Amino acid sequence: MTAITSKARPTGRAIGWLQGQLPKLVLSPSLAAILVFVYGFILWTIFLSFSKSKMLPVYKFAGLDAYVRLWSQPNWYVALDNLAIYGVLYIGLCIAIGLLLAILLDQRIRIEGGLRPIYLYPMALSFIVTGTAWKWFLNPGLGIEKVVHDWGWTTFTFDWLINPDKAIYTVVIAAIWQSSGFVMAMFLAGLRGIDNELIRAAQIDGASSFNLYRRIIIPQLRPAFLSAVIVLSHLGIKSYDLVIALTGGGPGNATELPATFMYSYTFTRNQMAVGGASAVIMLMTITAIIVPYLYAELKESGRGR
Amino acid sequence: MAASVATAAVGTARFWRVLIYTTLIVFAVMYLLPLWVMVVTSFKTLDEVHDGHMLQLPQNFTTEAWSSAWGTACIGLTCEGISGYFWNSIKMAVPAVAIATMFGALNGYVLTKWRFPGHKWIFGLMLFGCFIPFQVVLVPMAQVLGRLGIANSTAGLVLVHVVYGLGFSTLFFRNYYEAFPNELVRAAMIDGAGFFRIFWRILLPSSGPIIVVTVIFLFTNIWNDFLFGASFAAGGSAPMTVALNNLVSSSTGVKEYNVHMAAAMIAALPTLLVYVVAGRYFLRGLMAGAVKG
Repeated sequence: MTAITSKARPTGRAIGWLQGQLPKLVLSPSLAAILVFVYGFILWTIFLSFSKSKMLPVYKFAGLDAYVRLWSQPNWYVALDNLAIYGVLYIGLCIAIGLLLAILLDQRIRIEGGLRPIYLYPMALSFIVTGTAWKWFLNPGLGIEKVVHDWGWTTFTFDWLINPDKAIYTVVIAAIWQSSGFVMAMFLAGLRGIDNELIRAAQIDGASSFNLYRRIIIPQLRPAFLSAVIVLSHLGIKSYDLVIALTGGGPGNATELPATFMYSYTFTRNQMAVGGASAVIMLMTITAIIVPYLYAELKESGRGR
Repeated sequence: MAASVATAAVGTARFWRVLIYTTLIVFAVMYLLPLWVMVVTSFKTLDEVHDGHMLQLPQNFTTEAWSSAWGTACIGLTCEGISGYFWNSIKMAVPAVAIATMFGALNGYVLTKWRFPGHKWIFGLMLFGCFIPFQVVLVPMAQVLGRLGIANSTAGLVLVHVVYGLGFSTLFFRNYYEAFPNELVRAAMIDGAGFFRIFWRILLPSSGPIIVVTVIFLFTNIWNDFLFGASFAAGGSAPMTVALNNLVSSSTGVKEYNVHMAAAMIAALPTLLVYVVAGRYFLRGLMAGAVKG
């Protein structure tokens, strides 16, 4: 049902044409906004990354200078190393915890209705709130350390928040606390969507619960795994708020991530071109993950119709 | 002997049940613990925060920290609490959500019921916009907001959030209208109903659930945003999240943890409230945002 044919009265032809174009007219402001604010701005940032911009944008071409400087910053390597640690642990543990909770909740648990919202509520919070809460919770003087001392284990120390070697793991813990419930919900939806016949047939064949999960159920959850990995890697690469609220990128630069690197080089260190280059690299990383996924999903939905 | 095997089986089954319940409850406690600590700390006096330990219930229950966070705590150079920033966030989120939802509904309608060649490409372009790391638009956006004269203003933030919320709202409505029967639309067309009339009379009345999902999703995202707020609205027009971070990270002198926790609770309450009231829709939005197509 593409165009509607106007019942051509000669005087009404212009109006009829206009009506035919109405859907496109309605769509065009949004499309224009996206083209300018997403794609135009991406090109703009790419251009800045090839410029000599320092404190303010300067539109003088400088070739790959900013990229060369980016890849010679020790800070950038710290950010990438941290992203690797953070990304692997965050995605891996969120999936492990999410899958475990989903499978356990799927065992006809009577209090499921009460537990599910508890696992999921952190997802409604701002990362700034999460960071603030965990900063206090992990406070080396007054936080969880003191609780354990009061319980009698006086030699217990937990100073990860101010320990440069461990601080990145506090970001991981808080991020997992925030997102793993959502991963649980994705897996639970997947589990509920599996055909019961299949499970019953395997049970009749005498498969043990463990084998049932390993060979039948978990392989069926592939779409949920895929969605989880996509959503988590996207959240992980963008992570900015949580680091700022929890550690401020510190101690020193111990919890620098590409997102915090980009921000400080662009807005406080007056190296806008380098900041732009780092943003472009973040974009390329996310694009490499998202575009094949979106392409497959859109093609799928086309075939389904 | 058969009986003893059976009792052994019942025994292991019970053992597993107990293990499962224990694991689930231990996790529930871990998810609740930070919230518990936030709440009890916010109702303590600062002396008690230092003397007691963080899991204890307040001995001298007081709402002082809350009123201080709301009205007198110092953020930057002004000591008027976070109430002003709270209203900034409301003034930012409400119009942005309304506008983005409205456009999303119309876009979804066009992209499913008035298709034209290339509609899929347009949708793909809009969808990809949801996933870009926003770091890649920060500098151009700052420049444009400056040129438009709405840098450091709530109006600027509304524009930003509408633009980057459009992709999601369009996605939600498109997927919802996709399942809406074309026959109804075609019948209305034959009856001579026009573009907007069909939308108003036929699609919109049955769009309740997806409107709720979209509004909740966008509201949560926009309320919780920090990056745009920190980049484009420093000072008096900053949203709640930015003010909270300033309060917590830059306060000089004695750190008033109880006030910090009360402020964090105030920042969290609107989205928590939405979650408690409409958790089902909240989850549906997250899922729709995760599983595309």
